[in-house]
Amino acid sequence: MSGRAAPAVRVEGLTKCFGDFVAVDHVTFDVRPGEIFGFLGPNGAGKTTTIKMLTGLLPPSEGSGSVAGLDIETEADRIKRQIGYMSQLFSLYADLTVEENVRFFSGLYGVDRARRLERRDWVLEMAGLTEHRRRLTGELPLGWKQRLALGCAVIHEPPTLFLDEPTSGVDPISRRRFWDLIYQLAEAGTTTFVSTHYMEEAEYCHRLALMNRGALIALDTPAALRDGLRVPMLEIETNDAPRAVAALGDAPGVRDAAMFGRRIHVTVDDSITARPVIASALEGHGLEVGDMTDITPSLEDVFVALVRRAGGAPDE
Amino acid sequence: MLSRRRLWAMARKEVIQLRRDTRSLALAFVLPVLLVVLFGYAITWDVDDIATAVVDQDQSSRSRDLIDAFRSSGYFTVTRSLERPGDIEPLLDRSAIRLALVIPPDFSAAILAGRPAELQAIVDGSDANTASIILGYTQAVALSYSSALRLEGRVRALPATAESRVWYNEELSSRNMIVPGLVAVIMMIIAAMLTSLTIAREWERGTMEQLAATPVHRFEVVIGKLLPYLAIGLIDVVVVTIIGVLLFGVPFRGNALLLMILATAFLIGALGLGMFISAVAKSQVLATQLAMIATFLPAFLLSGFMFAIAVMPAPLQAVTYLVPARYFLVVTRGIFLKGVGVEVLRVQGLLMIAFAIVGLALATRVFQKRIL
Amino acid sequence: MSQVEAMVSLERLTRRFGDVTAVDGLSFDVASAELFGLVGPDGSGKTTTLRMLAGVLLPTEGDALMNGTSMARNPESAKPDLAYMSQRFGLYSDLTVRENLHFYADLYEVPRAERDQRMERLFRFSNLGPFTERLAGKLSGGMKQKLGLSCALIHQPKILLLDEPTFGVDPISRRDLWLIVHEMVAEGVTVIVSTAYMDEAERFDRVALLNEGRLLALATPAEMQEELKGKVYAVVVDRLREARDRLQPLHQVERAAVFGDRLHVTLTDPSHAPVIETTLQDGGFSVRGTDRIEPSMEDVFIHHVSQAGVL
Repeated sequence: MSGRAAPAVRVEGLTKCFGDFVAVDHVTFDVRPGEIFGFLGPNGAGKTTTIKMLTGLLPPSEGSGSVAGLDIETEADRIKRQIGYMSQLFSLYADLTVEENVRFFSGLYGVDRARRLERRDWVLEMAGLTEHRRRLTGELPLGWKQRLALGCAVIHEPPTLFLDEPTSGVDPISRRRFWDLIYQLAEAGTTTFVSTHYMEEAEYCHRLALMNRGALIALDTPAALRDGLRVPMLEIETNDAPRAVAALGDAPGVRDAAMFGRRIHVTVDDSITARPVIASALEGHGLEVGDMTDITPSLEDVFVALVRRAGGAPDE
Repeated sequence: MLSRRRLWAMARKEVIQLRRDTRSLALAFVLPVLLVVLFGYAITWDVDDIATAVVDQDQSSRSRDLIDAFRSSGYFTVTRSLERPGDIEPLLDRSAIRLALVIPPDFSAAILAGRPAELQAIVDGSDANTASIILGYTQAVALSYSSALRLEGRVRALPATAESRVWYNEELSSRNMIVPGLVAVIMMIIAAMLTSLTIAREWERGTMEQLAATPVHRFEVVIGKLLPYLAIGLIDVVVVTIIGVLLFGVPFRGNALLLMILATAFLIGALGLGMFISAVAKSQVLATQLAMIATFLPAFLLSGFMFAIAVMPAPLQAVTYLVPARYFLVVTRGIFLKGVGVEVLRVQGLLMIAFAIVGLALATRVFQKRIL
Repeated sequence: MSQVEAMVSLERLTRRFGDVTAVDGLSFDVASAELFGLVGPDGSGKTTTLRMLAGVLLPTEGDALMNGTSMARNPESAKPDLAYMSQRFGLYSDLTVRENLHFYADLYEVPRAERDQRMERLFRFSNLGPFTERLAGKLSGGMKQKLGLSCALIHQPKILLLDEPTFGVDPISRRDLWLIVHEMVAEGVTVIVSTAYMDEAERFDRVALLNEGRLLALATPAEMQEELKGKVYAVVVDRLREARDRLQPLHQVERAAVFGDRLHVTLTDPSHAPVIETTLQDGGFSVRGTDRIEPSMEDVFIHHVSQAGVL
């Protein structure tokens, strides 16, 4: 990845209002060519609206943006030919064979006649479906369908790819295979946008943008986001997790307590000083206190903490 | 064990959903009205306002009397007087007229001489049914004209005429037969259509899997879903009846309560049939299509509504016993026109109750609280 | 686990669809008040198993005893004690939140006097309180799932069956969902949850790993992770995919996978750790770090499935 290359996607002060409602509020970021850029946020955070503006489906109310060097407002039609899009509900035709679907999409995206066969073979090979090319798409396992959908989305070799929860409901093995393909595309220079609710998916991204209530509230690598939330966290074993969470509600030095199975995860100001405070608070409520362990907050913990700090999710 | 509370919960839920589904609700109320008005006007076995051309080659007071007799009969409108019989053909060709009467030059002379006077009637035979009706009317008018002559003492001998009297439907208005029949036919179609969607919709939307996991009994589901539609169906019967009486002037001589009781039995059967179809099809599109096929043609063709069952070939007659609209048709016509009571309609009533039981049993049996 | 305390007991539970055996002779017990996870790849039989436990699908062979009642012979009489939330949103989108709750309360014949009280309580957990008059179809994905769970819990079931409850739910709503589930477990409800997300599996008391309708492993998450202790490394290196392809063929390496900006490498034995750096250095890669990491449930899952010979 070259630091000097022009950004594949550039967004500046991008804003979208629907009447009084500000769905996207002055969002600014750049995406490097070949970068895998994750887009996170609770429902209604403005992710979908942002992506619609970037793909030229929705004109911005304010601000500007470009995708693959094309202006999202004035060159929206040309953008549509420069992107690939795959949604969670990406509709392959279940009653067409694998090969027929590929052929259909190559026609749809206007792949040059001369390159069609080559691209078809490339897609089948990439999705690992060469042997299954004559099977009906509807019969394939979900993970295979997702790979085929990805192949169809990039059959016209778009420089920018948009993925909406691409591996939702897919098991880890299929997910890894899918992400291998994304990395392969990224190495070849494809810029990938991924919007997701799942941290397991987010972990695969190079950088993550977190949105809430229309605003960009964090933008960094997964590791830096985790490190950035320097709040210590303790995992505590107890005999009654719900009561323990309630008991710690107003304990000094405790920021948040949440159940995690039979254990609880407690965000504290300081791990050392908090331990005795927590122990006495729990024992004071007649609860048993087991092991207390320092843990690294998961990306999901980070996500939740950042959203709460930014005023909570829209429907909370 | 059946629970009244669960049953009411099902019914209440259906009512709420119906109330919010304004399209279906409008369909449930507007469609029967539309159908009865449309068919009430469109289907008629009466022929009137027959455009008639006259070629009066006699030009006598006798011939003018005859033409007046046609005019005043109420069935014929004399639109043209023609010079030559040769002018008739182009008019018939363009369907400008349906009947041409040719009065020969010796018409009055023949009457005076006591010879049979010939009247030539030329009818547009492209619609055989209408043509024969027109011919019948023509003969009737001619006959009444010649009987008038006989009273005058001008004619000595005339062919014997059959005397007929029409009961129940004195004006012989076919609308009086059609509208009560329509009530039966339309309710069969509407009822099955209404419920054909209800179970299939729950399968399609994924709510059935959730419902199947609860302790609700399948009979509670079937009855709970049926009740709101029964209410709609009964309201439809009332509305259609009122339209029949007020708009089409059809007499209503019988007991309204009896009609509603028998309509309830009939509707339960038809709604049950719709639900049976819905449970089998599990898809709304397929269910609607099946419901149309299962009700529309049989109700129209095999109920005795369009064609008299008595003249059908025996195997087809046997099939008509399976068409519940057949029984309800007898009920509506009987109650509307004859004002008959339960003693006459007992058989039909029992058969419809049997149909209701079979419909419910089928629906309950086929509807399984299972994914597969 | 003794027979006495088993709340759910599967006995060679089997379901075939034509030639396909979706669930193949599953046998295990779930204790009262246990939080039990069903985990496995697509088509491993999780949904089919839960459907049989919920009594909406009959087993082809074998049986499941739910609180002692046979689901093969007598599914209807078990249903008052069960709650089931299907994978697909199963509530009426044209009914409001309140109407849906009342409907399910009526179906389970919840005494009217208790109904409002229970609804209040569920609203407190779910934060659905302000939305009682909203049509269910107009709720966000997370709120729909919380409503589904609330409807499932209105009759205070003994056993709660959840099929991928967090599918399509954002992390904030997911927290609320888990809060409700944990609360129920604490009250003594037996909960069986299926999930495709391995980070969720760490919450469960015990996890059953399914593959092709069969049980691959059944243990607590800690026991499962213990098996891989010391065998999983995170490697920060350049040319990630090339590095992976270099490591994967080694017999000391069970599996190497790209994970964001690093590789996750699972070794067949902890003692093989040095092989990672030497191999990569020999290949001219610049290794910036090799850290032993705690095996995640995802590592555990992949370990088991690859041992079963699927990969």
